[in-house]
Amino acid sequence: MLSVKNIHANIDGREILKGINLDIKPGEVHAIMGPNGSGKSTLASVLAGRDEYEVTEGNVSFLGKDLLGLSTEDRAREGLFLAFQYPVEIPGVSTTNFIKAAVNEKRKYLGQEPLDAVSFLKMMKEKMALVEIDQRLLSRSINEGFSGGEKKRNEVFQMAMLEPKLAIMDETDSGLDIDALRIVAKGINKLRNPDRAVLLITHYQRLLDYIQPDYVHVLYNGRIVKSGTKELALELEEKGYDFITDEVDLTADQ
Amino acid sequence: MKEKSGTLEQAVLNEYKYGFVTDIDTDVIAKGLSEDTIRLISNKKNEPEWMLDWRLKAYNHWLKLVEPKWPNVKYPPINYQDIIYYAAPKPKKQLNSLDEADPELLATFDKLGISLNEQRRLTGVAVDVVMDSVSIATSFKKQLSEIGVIFCSISEAIQEHPELVKKYLGSVVPMTDNYFAALNSAVFTDGSFCFIPKGVRCPMELSTYFRINTENAGQFERTLIIAEEESYVSYLEGCTAPLRDENQLHAAVVELVAHTKAEIKYSTVQNWYPGDKNGLGGIYNFVTKRGMCKGDHSKISWTQVETGSAITWKYPSVILKGDHSIGEFYSVAFTNNYQQADTGTKMIHLGKNTRSRIVSKGISAGHSQNSYRGLVRAGKQATNARNYSQCDSLLLGDKCGAHTFPYIEVKNKTAIVEHEATTSKIGEDQLFYCRQRGIDAETAVALIVNGFAKEVMNQLPMEFAVEAQKLLAVSMEGSVG
Repeated sequence: MLSVKNIHANIDGREILKGINLDIKPGEVHAIMGPNGSGKSTLASVLAGRDEYEVTEGNVSFLGKDLLGLSTEDRAREGLFLAFQYPVEIPGVSTTNFIKAAVNEKRKYLGQEPLDAVSFLKMMKEKMALVEIDQRLLSRSINEGFSGGEKKRNEVFQMAMLEPKLAIMDETDSGLDIDALRIVAKGINKLRNPDRAVLLITHYQRLLDYIQPDYVHVLYNGRIVKSGTKELALELEEKGYDFITDEVDLTADQ
Repeated sequence: MKEKSGTLEQAVLNEYKYGFVTDIDTDVIAKGLSEDTIRLISNKKNEPEWMLDWRLKAYNHWLKLVEPKWPNVKYPPINYQDIIYYAAPKPKKQLNSLDEADPELLATFDKLGISLNEQRRLTGVAVDVVMDSVSIATSFKKQLSEIGVIFCSISEAIQEHPELVKKYLGSVVPMTDNYFAALNSAVFTDGSFCFIPKGVRCPMELSTYFRINTENAGQFERTLIIAEEESYVSYLEGCTAPLRDENQLHAAVVELVAHTKAEIKYSTVQNWYPGDKNGLGGIYNFVTKRGMCKGDHSKISWTQVETGSAITWKYPSVILKGDHSIGEFYSVAFTNNYQQADTGTKMIHLGKNTRSRIVSKGISAGHSQNSYRGLVRAGKQATNARNYSQCDSLLLGDKCGAHTFPYIEVKNKTAIVEHEATTSKIGEDQLFYCRQRGIDAETAVALIVNGFAKEVMNQLPMEFAVEAQKLLAVSMEGSVG
């Protein structure tokens, strides 16, 4: 579904990603872990198409298409979803209106008729129950004055509404207490299915207690330096990132 | 693969859709302004002596005034001798109904989305149409007159209802009020006149559509609305002009009078030609609008959606004279490219327990400058006067400006005045968030701007809210890219 080959990316002339390779198949859950500044969020931004990042080398294929050749909005319409680490506030625009615009833009792109009000409301109700989100939150300006937990739950709700092929969760666990984390994780788990892949980006292992990944990759200094199964995450939890980073730095010195 | 940054800037390109010129036989007088010009205008309109005297008095006062320099706008000096003060489409014959109007004129207004054909006309809306210096036609006049509502051009009112005109003309905006009001008083050519008799709730929206067509012509319209005791009227005006490289002057005066328990709701959708993307051409919209809440428990509400004009200079105001009277001002001003707007309101509290509410939303894009200027004054007698003002500015891009100039003068200790202001910017972060959800930049900006302006748009009569929303979307076309 997603095949990342030797991606190098810059911001302001500084190289952050130095040759990333990653293959994700439908239904799989991959976790990318790594210390601060290793390039985790940059990878998410590059895949989603944030303008500030410049890809200098490599290519990405998504569902057989050249992902980097698509505009940001077309990537989304093709089924790539990014749950933001810091969801953005848009005063005056309710989540309901926002998500309605998003759903219908996607439908237009796919050559489908826009959803009528009744079908849209029905879909909202279903997905609201699925991710346990309060209707009142959805009629408020999107993310404005939301708590950390509400923002993240809103991201998962949008993911449910947009039914992506690939969902990238950028530090979805950050800023959440354990109860909020549990609810958000539950929502994500409910959205797992054999056609949908999930890429979890996280600093801490604790999210992986709730969402079991099929693969874990360690990102360090712009490269994936180690890949394994969920046991790797536990090992990281126990020993810290140093046990890998020291090894990498040592090899680099030699 | 990498798009250029500054997505936002390109999403606000302005494409003006009403810039065509109608080729029609027009009666035009020579450029220039003098007593003779005024006599000529008055004569063409077959006016009574008192009207001409009034005009000449205004003209002589105007000669003593200097153009105001305090607005936060810049423009080269206006040569008042280089303007045509009277231009009128030549009527082929006396019109008995709109259907007899020149087909070229009907086509013009069809193109502007104002259908004058009897069958196709908007139900529930009576329209007066003013092209250059004269009113061409007024619809539903007969039906309205049956319930005592007078809705006609001001020229007609001067002929048919001189007592009313004499009594109210200049009673809210005196001819000496300011430079442009004095000029208008001297040379005004047409406009609308509405009179709602006691106890009548006007059953339809009254509306005037202003169109400038002739090159070098200035438009000086005059509107007068009188609502007698316990009456109600909702009035809407719209306007457009052709694309031209030189600037054209539009200096209007609007006066509203609300008697005891009367309510006037006045809505404007202003879409004069704003000039091209380099700031060439466009209308100078220098307008004096003022309402007088004369009686107790009266109410005047101004709603304006301003998207056009190279320069806008207007402050629809309310004098709250009657006790318990209410004044409201809701405004969305959108400026793009090199447009400049200095707009706001004045709420003058004179009576007891008077209330006013100001909601101003300024949106600036391109290289434009958008200023809110507002005065709230509570006089000595204005016990328990209450004002709430909210001024929000939204910036699109980083080359435009938003300014707020609130003036507060309170002379009564019991008065309460509140002012809130915010400035926000559509950021690249917001756009990226929208685009990541599959909403392209242009749609995203429209969504954000509409959300920002919603509170004001909701005040517009339903028939026009959709139009205004579309207009806002059109004005922003290309503001992002």
